[in-house]
Amino acid sequence: MTYIAKPRLHHPSLVKNKAGYTRRDYEGAVSTLCAGCGHDSISAAIIQACYELDILPHQVAKLSGIGCSSKAPTYFVGASHGFNTVHGRMPSVMTGANLANRDLIYMGVSGDGDSASIGLGQFAHVMRRGVNMTYIVMNNGVYGLTKGQFSATADKGSISKKGVANSDSSIDMVSLAILMGATFVGRSFSGDKHQLVPLIKAAMAHKGAAFLDVISPCVAFNNHAGSTKSYDYVREHNEALNRVDFIEGREEITTDYEPGTVTTVQQHDGSLLRLRKLGEDYDPSDKVAAMKRVQEGMHAGEVVTGLLYVDPSPKDLHDNLNTIDAPLNTLEAAELCPGTSALDRINAGLR
Amino acid sequence: MKPTDIANPDYFHKVVDCQWACPAHTPVPEYIRLIAHGRYSDAYMINWKSNVFPGILGRTCDRPCEPACRRSRVEDETLVKGKKEPVAICRLKRVAADYKDDDGIKASMPKAPAKNGKRIACIGGGPASLTVARDLAVLGYEIVIYDQDPKLGGFIRTQIPHFRLPESVIDEEVAYITDIGNIEFRHQRVDSMKKILGEGYDAVFVGSGAPRGRDLDVPGRKEAAANIHIGLDWLSSVSFGHISKVGKRVIVLGGGNTAMDCCRTARRLGGEDVKVIVRSGFEEMKASPWEKEDAMGEDIPILNMLVPKEVRHEGGKIKGVLFEKVKAEYDAKGRRSLVPSGDPDEFYECDDVLVAIGQENAFPWIEKDAGIEFDKWGLPQLGETTLQSTNKTVFFGGDAAFGPKNIIWAAAHGHDAAISIHKFLQGENVEERPAPGVNIVSQKMGIHEWSYDNAPTIDHRLKVPHRAKQEALKDIMAEVELGFDPQLAFKEAQRCLNCDVQTVFTGNLCIECDACVDICPMDCITFTENGEEKDLRTRLNAPAINPTQDLYIGNDLKTGRAMVKDEDVCLHCGLCAERCPTGAWDMRKYYVEMTHAEHACRKQ
Repeated sequence: MTYIAKPRLHHPSLVKNKAGYTRRDYEGAVSTLCAGCGHDSISAAIIQACYELDILPHQVAKLSGIGCSSKAPTYFVGASHGFNTVHGRMPSVMTGANLANRDLIYMGVSGDGDSASIGLGQFAHVMRRGVNMTYIVMNNGVYGLTKGQFSATADKGSISKKGVANSDSSIDMVSLAILMGATFVGRSFSGDKHQLVPLIKAAMAHKGAAFLDVISPCVAFNNHAGSTKSYDYVREHNEALNRVDFIEGREEITTDYEPGTVTTVQQHDGSLLRLRKLGEDYDPSDKVAAMKRVQEGMHAGEVVTGLLYVDPSPKDLHDNLNTIDAPLNTLEAAELCPGTSALDRINAGLR
Repeated sequence: MKPTDIANPDYFHKVVDCQWACPAHTPVPEYIRLIAHGRYSDAYMINWKSNVFPGILGRTCDRPCEPACRRSRVEDETLVKGKKEPVAICRLKRVAADYKDDDGIKASMPKAPAKNGKRIACIGGGPASLTVARDLAVLGYEIVIYDQDPKLGGFIRTQIPHFRLPESVIDEEVAYITDIGNIEFRHQRVDSMKKILGEGYDAVFVGSGAPRGRDLDVPGRKEAAANIHIGLDWLSSVSFGHISKVGKRVIVLGGGNTAMDCCRTARRLGGEDVKVIVRSGFEEMKASPWEKEDAMGEDIPILNMLVPKEVRHEGGKIKGVLFEKVKAEYDAKGRRSLVPSGDPDEFYECDDVLVAIGQENAFPWIEKDAGIEFDKWGLPQLGETTLQSTNKTVFFGGDAAFGPKNIIWAAAHGHDAAISIHKFLQGENVEERPAPGVNIVSQKMGIHEWSYDNAPTIDHRLKVPHRAKQEALKDIMAEVELGFDPQLAFKEAQRCLNCDVQTVFTGNLCIECDACVDICPMDCITFTENGEEKDLRTRLNAPAINPTQDLYIGNDLKTGRAMVKDEDVCLHCGLCAERCPTGAWDMRKYYVEMTHAEHACRKQ
């Protein structure tokens, strides 16, 4: 951690966004994580994304579980709502919060321990239900707070800092999320903000269960030779399938691209995802192909990144339950209690 | 761009904007930290070594360091009432002089060794000559200083009013030099260079200043001569007590610092209606902004765009001055000329006129055949850094060298000339200048501890307390500025960003985790593909908009990218180094010290 607060002084060219805030206004408290932690870079990417999206901080709800990653919400968008839940239980608290107030922007922040071990069941169900949220797993493959044991996402055969090889199969969060019904699934790397920031923006604009697996090296316990979650390993094996340009609103595409190099996906709210091809042909809206490509990548030892799967017209929990548009927490007694005559009518119908 | 060569002492010296801007390159942040620690004597000695006159300069310096101060570029207008301001460097220097341990300082001053048999004449007893004397006396040279005035100090003593600079401060700091030993003062005006050269000196240093005040050339000047005074001479006469009165209505002509001293002095000698009238616009005046402020604070209006046309008089007595209104016009090249505005002339009544419209060099005492060549402006032809004239035994410095400048330039010239004289008399090449001494020390004390106060304050610049105006105007000897007390000095010292504590980057340790990029409050670090400087400046996390400030390029990164840091706005808060997991960033203090004559020769 750092002893001094980040100085309030800032670059003279810092500008305000449409909401009237500078990027610095979206910061949180100074991080208490280890120096060089990938999680801090992800926090910085979230700050950048919220700034670029002109988000009103008080419209954001950050929820997390337990762990290094779950501490991270303290370090971004300080002026928002926050909830540190029981270990692995963030998805159910978020589901409840989302049901009560659908107007907030929900951001779940969790780690590989919180989501792939103790919270694996909750993780599966929050994706199944299609809660409208951005669920970010800061994935370092190791239990940092307890000094470096393998987590459930550590690859089989990867070597711990003490020199022991991992004998268990790893859980691939991306495959699991696609399988469970998440409608926006991507993977990125804390060391590549050019890729990560647009992905976070697109995920936040996605109306449905959006999941991002962000590989985030643990500098203290998992950044050595033999680790498959180190800065060097991820940089060497990163196989980016596409690069997302996120465009708000129904803007015209003004930049010229070579034919066949760009795929455009229009999301439900009208925002455009322009996917720049980086090599092979890849169609992220084909769910079966996406699962196949991710599995192939795993087999080949690649870290496949980019926007891996997106359903352009997703349905979320509220659509499925057919709830009214107004947030439930704003409903008054008159709307919630239809009165004796309505009860009589229902009773009569059952006779 | 090529990776930055941080082995070149100039690179990090330049980052210390104040020190780089100072002609004598005083290590400013170092002495400001010492002041914050209450180590006033140590702060004084750093200054004394570098600029020779800390108490004097702490009151009177032109402070080129302050406009250069990084603080004035990085302050947030919303936190400092809309005005970004530098650290009050000059006034902090005075604090060191005010609160030092006088006896301790006196005891620690150097003493002259046995004479080395070589004699040097210094013409003029001002700051340039005194600096030469100090630097060379400690090496065993025998110094003889000539001056026309009865006491040493030159313009410091004769031109700066005592309400800005008490005479006791001059006496003290002149004594620190003369007490070294081997220095003889002769109260004697020098009328012939050839005579001096004939007296067997091994070298001669000319520090005779720019002593001639420019005169007014308009109709009526001669007739009203009794009430028209040349500012330089008038201030000198006031200083020595020959003049103690002035008329009730005074016009001061000119817009430089001498004009400001003239008008404020006039206010104290009976002037009730004192005006400054300048040809140029208010903004273009040569006087320092704070001196204009102080003058206006003493109820002295400054009227601009008025060119004197005629002095009106009656029976040998002055009535007033007639002025033509002008306006500024700029040609295609942006050069300004003042042309009549067409408005009617303005007439101002007065009892006395003080002329402070510039000063000139004058060397009537240097004979044409003395071997010293002059240029078409009447200035000696000199080596730019050696200050050696075409007569190899004669050196120049201060205002006598390149025309009127200021005290801090005189001290810097003094050091340079002393190096040249020493090398010359030791038979070395004067063109080879000694490199500065650099001491580099990491400031890391623990995982998150640094040996300097790394948290920048957001306090705005503090004002120096002044004596009440009524009281100040009554007594010409009463110093107007009272100086910071230790509490105010501490607070002001904390505004210093410690720019000499440098961010040093070691590429092969870096794992490119972005921690420094994320934490930097000024967004001045970027990891990107290298490129040409012009292109690079535009594609950093925040644009590098100040081309006078360097980009620090680090290489040896695994991804082949470059680390690019914009030095312009760095707060030197050390957060990059604190968040760096591998020690690729370190905060190291670069103490850069100019080498003076004492260590300039290889033979020592």
